[in-house]
Amino acid sequence: MMNYEPGAAPTTPTPQPSPDTPPPPTSAIAARGLTVVRGGRTVLRALDFTVPSGSITGLLGPSGCGKTTLMRAVAGTQAKVTGVLDVLGHPAGDPALRPRIGYVTQAPSVYTDLTVRQNLDYFAAVLHPGRAHRAARREAVARAIDDVDLTTRADALAGALSGGQRSRVSLAVALLGTPDLLVLDEPTVGLDPVLRRDLWDLFHRLADRGTALLVSSHVMDEAERCHRLLLMRDGRVLAEDTPDALRHRTGAATVEEAFLHLVDADRADERPAATTAAPLTSEEASR
Amino acid sequence: MTATAGRVLRQLTHDPRTIALLVIVPVLLITLLRYVFDGAPGTFDATGASLLGIFPLITMFLVTSIATLRERTTGTLERLLALPLGKGGLIGGYALAFGAVAVVQSALATAVSVWLLGLDVVGSPWLLLLVALLDALLGTALGLFVSAFAASEFQAVQFMPAVIFPQLLLCGLFTPREAMHPVLEAISNVLPMSYAVDGMNQVLQHPDITGDFVRDIAVVAGSALLVLCLGAITLRRRTP
Repeated sequence: MMNYEPGAAPTTPTPQPSPDTPPPPTSAIAARGLTVVRGGRTVLRALDFTVPSGSITGLLGPSGCGKTTLMRAVAGTQAKVTGVLDVLGHPAGDPALRPRIGYVTQAPSVYTDLTVRQNLDYFAAVLHPGRAHRAARREAVARAIDDVDLTTRADALAGALSGGQRSRVSLAVALLGTPDLLVLDEPTVGLDPVLRRDLWDLFHRLADRGTALLVSSHVMDEAERCHRLLLMRDGRVLAEDTPDALRHRTGAATVEEAFLHLVDADRADERPAATTAAPLTSEEASR
Repeated sequence: MTATAGRVLRQLTHDPRTIALLVIVPVLLITLLRYVFDGAPGTFDATGASLLGIFPLITMFLVTSIATLRERTTGTLERLLALPLGKGGLIGGYALAFGAVAVVQSALATAVSVWLLGLDVVGSPWLLLLVALLDALLGTALGLFVSAFAASEFQAVQFMPAVIFPQLLLCGLFTPREAMHPVLEAISNVLPMSYAVDGMNQVLQHPDITGDFVRDIAVVAGSALLVLCLGAITLRRRTP
């Protein structure tokens, strides 16, 4: 990642979470002892964390650390979840939650053989069936297309769009029902800087409206745009705090440095078990 | 349910080649069959009527198994099941959409057979259409069910010979079921396609609705419903 002088940046600086508006105390997600087993492997180990409503919580960590599994558990699509996982006051996966959560998977899940508008029309009809809601649906579809800036491509086949555009269609589907909780798995992968900034602006507008957002990313500069961060490593939560507090606590200049600091400390904690064993193998030494 | 059916049909409208293949291939094959049996019109009557029942079953099986497999692999199924959509609504939507396609396909194949190719039907052609529609629903149900056991399009296509061909061999198309080895006849008695073909032959030979015909369509409809329910069980909201 590059650190550049704010004045030298060609693009407009992205909005930082303002420190004078602390997120409301109510939590959209509360986990205690959350454990998930996939294919005999424990992917999440007894996690405790909360995600407040009306704010953006960034979920960060190296690939394979369990971010997607955690998000699937929250969305209620993950099997073999144990421990307590309350989402918007219901146990995760409760049928009452289905209209209230928007979940966007990393790979865009839309119909490539339908146009953008036809995709949204269909998912809107699933959310609000019936002729009575037709006008409301049309409005929701138009707003969602506008939110992700695809109005000019609304009648193009989703399969004919670029990867970044298609993932925005997938995001638009999640915005349809004005959900109380948005779970977004790497929503900005493959997007250019301008679009990334626009999307983060949109996320902040949604949070201001009271929506809780859980956004995963492995791009550390996006962490600075979150209200709160969950740093994960190897199926555990390393830290849960605001970006400022994390930097302050670790004495680091950026969240990336803070994260590396925490990972090193975590490794050092694991080390005592290994120190009694043989010295570093060549494989370990080469790392 | 109608939303899903509308969406499936809308997907098809973006794929005119598939529509053309679905509608024209059965007509061409039945025409070909007519000239293969040019010297034996009786054979064409029996085989042609059976095939009018078998085409919709096979094509709808293929189309549905690939379509639902795509839903599973592209993540749209997971997305739908995370929304307030009943499994019955999703499956019903597929059955409705492909049922509609089957009506068009069967209507054209039946019309060409009866009016242009001289297929000699004693009963009402409408009843042929009814059986064809039920066969299509059975094909949709089977396709939906087996797609749960296929991890790729390659596997899904291989289920066609595995699931359909044994029924094809035992349904009485090649040799009367009564003439088969008793073990094979017993097996053919529990395979739904046997009743689909028998129903077609009932219409072919009898001017009125016979008791056997009612039994045949009841078995085909019942099997379709049963397999649709089995298909619903394979749709899991939570996956590993």
